[in-house]
Amino acid sequence: MADTLENLKSDLLQAPFCEGLSKEHLEILLGCAHEERILKGRFLFHEGATADEFYIIVSGRVGLELDCPNRGGLGIQTCGAGDVVGTSWVIAPFLWRFDAKVLEDSRLLSMDAAILRERCRVDPVFGYAMLERIAQVKAERLDAARLQLLDLYGNPEEGKHVARTRIK
Amino acid sequence: MSPEPGSSSRTDRTRAALDPMVPRIYSVERIRRNNHDTFTLKLNPADGGKPDPFSAGQFNMLYIFGVGEIPVSISGDPAGDGALMHTIREVGTVTRAMARLKPGNSIGVRGPFGSHWPLETAVGSDVVIVAGGIGLAPLRPVIYQVTANRSRYGRMILLYGARAPKEILYRRQLKAWGGAFDMDVHVTVDRGERDWNGEIGVVTGLIRRAPLDRRGAIALICGPEIMMRFSAQELLRRGMDKDRIYVSMERNMKCGVGLCGHCQYGTRIICRDGPVYRYDDIEPLLGRREV
Repeated sequence: MADTLENLKSDLLQAPFCEGLSKEHLEILLGCAHEERILKGRFLFHEGATADEFYIIVSGRVGLELDCPNRGGLGIQTCGAGDVVGTSWVIAPFLWRFDAKVLEDSRLLSMDAAILRERCRVDPVFGYAMLERIAQVKAERLDAARLQLLDLYGNPEEGKHVARTRIK
Repeated sequence: MSPEPGSSSRTDRTRAALDPMVPRIYSVERIRRNNHDTFTLKLNPADGGKPDPFSAGQFNMLYIFGVGEIPVSISGDPAGDGALMHTIREVGTVTRAMARLKPGNSIGVRGPFGSHWPLETAVGSDVVIVAGGIGLAPLRPVIYQVTANRSRYGRMILLYGARAPKEILYRRQLKAWGGAFDMDVHVTVDRGERDWNGEIGVVTGLIRRAPLDRRGAIALICGPEIMMRFSAQELLRRGMDKDRIYVSMERNMKCGVGLCGHCQYGTRIICRDGPVYRYDDIEPLLGRREV
């Protein structure tokens, strides 16, 4: 048990999400954390379900995707070691906006977000520390989405008269 | 040797007092499609001699007679004594004409011009290559050179972002490099497809997760300018120093030797003292409008 707790603590300390957190706040997080090992192909959560947990990836990869009729799951973003999966737990109405599919066998820190929300409410300093970190995750993803929208690698001539030439 | 990044000395070609404005005639040995709008030309001098030596990061002016001349980075192996390689994207009249070349056709080549990637400075350091789209082509000579002299360098990390899986450049080589035990290769795409099991996201996300030795590493970035800016900012956030980051700038070079001013960028002439710059030398100009 002690080993498990120590492992959890060590994993939490290494997560970028926890960088700069006070000892007390780390203890609160630790009290809400447990380790999960999830096999490739399983889903962490589905769009529309209640967001009562969030995850920090210790190892492995998780893909965020949206299910599209006749096209299956459309990948939006891949999360890897150190990344946070799930930010809807802190934003009303606390429902997942995407599906999260495990792309390779993963070890995760699963956080009980329902308890964390309550702790954020009663302890505004802890709440601010959490919101600050989730805002950082959101900002990084918004930047990424904007860059993807710009289609930086797209061919400026695309759709005109390019790439008609066949090379054997 | 060509000038170190940021230096203002003239290129070898100019110093050698050869006429840098006269193209040498090369013959197309092979043309290979890389993806739907990108192809690689393999060229040999028509006079039977050897191609002019170059350093990783330099470019040539390629001339389709009667159509026009464009700057293209060299994407082959600097140590190889074989043919000259250029990876080209079809984006205009000249590149479309190049895509129609057949083996045996002639093409004019002036160069090599410009500064090169700082591979001597990188000796003993980790080398982090950050490439976006066709920006992998000017960095491929670096990969050849580092892998050929592996013991001289530390860890090698390649972070590559492409638009979509079908647009990934040098796919087979990426797989081979990734399979080598002494090189980390991470590829991401902006838009995945159903059969794509790799990463989806921007290349800055790869930087965030890369195992960087922030003090010892040297980073070489090439891709669209916005991608380079964001990548450099992410590397700085990871603790790298500005003087350990290099970028390759692209402007519409014409003369190649700093005479015409066509590629002027603020106080810089890209064809002469670029295209490779140390980040802190070029940073004040990046992202500025009307420069």
